[in-house]
Amino acid sequence: MTTMAHALTDSRTMLRRQLLHLRRYPSLTGMLIGMPVIFLLLFVYVFGGAVGTAIGGGRAEYVNYLTPGILLFTVAGAAAGPAISVATDMTEGIVDRFRSMAIARGSLLTGHVLGSLVQNFLAVLAVLGVALLIGFRPNATPIEWLAVFGVLLATAFALTWFAVALGIVADSVETASNTPMFLSLLPFLGSGFVPTETMPAGLRAFAEHQPFTPIIETLRGLLLGTGIGSSGIVALAWCAGISLASYLWAKRKYNARTTR
Amino acid sequence: MTTTVHTRPAVSVAGLRKTFGEKVVLDGIDLTVTEGTVFALLGPNGAGKTTMVRILATLLPADGGSIRVAGHDLHSDPDGVRAAIGLTGQFAAVDRLLTVRENLRLMADLHRLGRTEGGRRVARLIERFDLGESAGKPVSLLSGGQQRRLDLAMTLVGDPRLIFLDEPTTGLDPRSRHAMWQIVRELVAEGVTVFLTTQYLDEADQLADRIAVLDHGRIVVEGTADELKRRIPGGHLLLRFTDPAALRAAADALNTTHRDDDALTLQVPSDGDVASLQAVLGTLELVGAKPDHLAIHTPDLDDVFFAFTGAPATTNPASEETR
Repeated sequence: MTTMAHALTDSRTMLRRQLLHLRRYPSLTGMLIGMPVIFLLLFVYVFGGAVGTAIGGGRAEYVNYLTPGILLFTVAGAAAGPAISVATDMTEGIVDRFRSMAIARGSLLTGHVLGSLVQNFLAVLAVLGVALLIGFRPNATPIEWLAVFGVLLATAFALTWFAVALGIVADSVETASNTPMFLSLLPFLGSGFVPTETMPAGLRAFAEHQPFTPIIETLRGLLLGTGIGSSGIVALAWCAGISLASYLWAKRKYNARTTR
Repeated sequence: MTTTVHTRPAVSVAGLRKTFGEKVVLDGIDLTVTEGTVFALLGPNGAGKTTMVRILATLLPADGGSIRVAGHDLHSDPDGVRAAIGLTGQFAAVDRLLTVRENLRLMADLHRLGRTEGGRRVARLIERFDLGESAGKPVSLLSGGQQRRLDLAMTLVGDPRLIFLDEPTTGLDPRSRHAMWQIVRELVAEGVTVFLTTQYLDEADQLADRIAVLDHGRIVVEGTADELKRRIPGGHLLLRFTDPAALRAAADALNTTHRDDDALTLQVPSDGDVASLQAVLGTLELVGAKPDHLAIHTPDLDDVFFAFTGAPATTNPASEETR
């Protein structure tokens, strides 16, 4: 029982450390918010007229179509945060200090994950705010809004653990800041920016079966009332699978990590 | 009723082995560190010093041997070991984004000291390590010496009875170096056991009760600084001449151990006492070979190092840095 209590206390301490990091290094969070906002504006105002017409509507319809994808793009981009912060800890002496102390082993990683979820929450709120300002008009009920945040949380949790593992295995902070970038591509290679039906066959097959598409379809359904079908359950299954696999990978690599 | 005070070993190691792949890094190490003393592990770069510390501090598993640290078996009770030790590694283990005070607070929280006790210890350590003026500054703005002091202060938040210092003064300027030595002496006076590694002979000589010389994964010699010095050839006089003829004349007349024709120097065995000094100078006077310069060399750990590892050690941190 005390082990459990210690784990909670230590994780809280490590979360406090991460929150201090967020305050001391606001430019990282700024970048994680700025990128999706720029893409949102770019796609709505530059491509929005043409793409909106093509999918049957106009710029106003395209804001609605695009926003769920941009929200996922935000969460995918935010994965760079924990990858960088974990890799920084791993390449500096501080990780040895933590590991030579009688603290709950996992608390360092838990602190990074919780800190990243806070960062994700801030980023999603900011991007959602900009989307609403430029004409995003969801029709979600309060329950559906809760579900939207639930799905985003599940996704952020999965991608954060994945990024933590990448941060541990990276041999430098630079590598760690680059490797999660492919995650930001996935919303493009799915139903985030244009419907998958418009893609060539091979790409379309990939787009329809990669994990981000069911997540986007679920968000879109909850926010705008389009059909969700089996996407919800598939999305959560992907999140659970990625979370578990990444958690186990991160834990194994963290424990095995000895010298650098 | 009588009580017996046992001085139990703070560290006892028998038959410790560690290999990285094919490379044997530690090859059958036996050593004992008595509580309340300073033990110095001395060795050149790559001798295995850091590996040794990382194993004792539970960061790295040993491949073989039995090890007890602070009364706990390293293999079966690593958390017991961790609760009793403090580690200050070679690279400042500080959080650069946090301030000095926040770093110390972090340690206090991880030791679960509570608000009041934690705050008290943090304040005391800031005072003791002369970090008051920079307490609110982010660590990234501190000098190297200040970072190293903070590093050690963080190690002390948990009040460890056994401290590992891995090359605590490497890269420090002389003033910071002496400040660090002073802190180590104060810790020992409080009853803390210190296990330190160093490549500087004077550091081991200054601080350590016992010294073990590690070379290629083996302890080649162990003892007090005096014991080690006694085990090597005695001291000598170093005579320097300005004229090769005088050097030759002196070399013929004296019992020399070493002659350097380029530097025009001679080494003559001597304990450095006045009588033998006068005898040498008398002989030189007689043959008309007047030395330009004379130095008395009493055996130091450098000689020990040379004698037991077959390689000169780094004695001067400055020359190490500029290399």
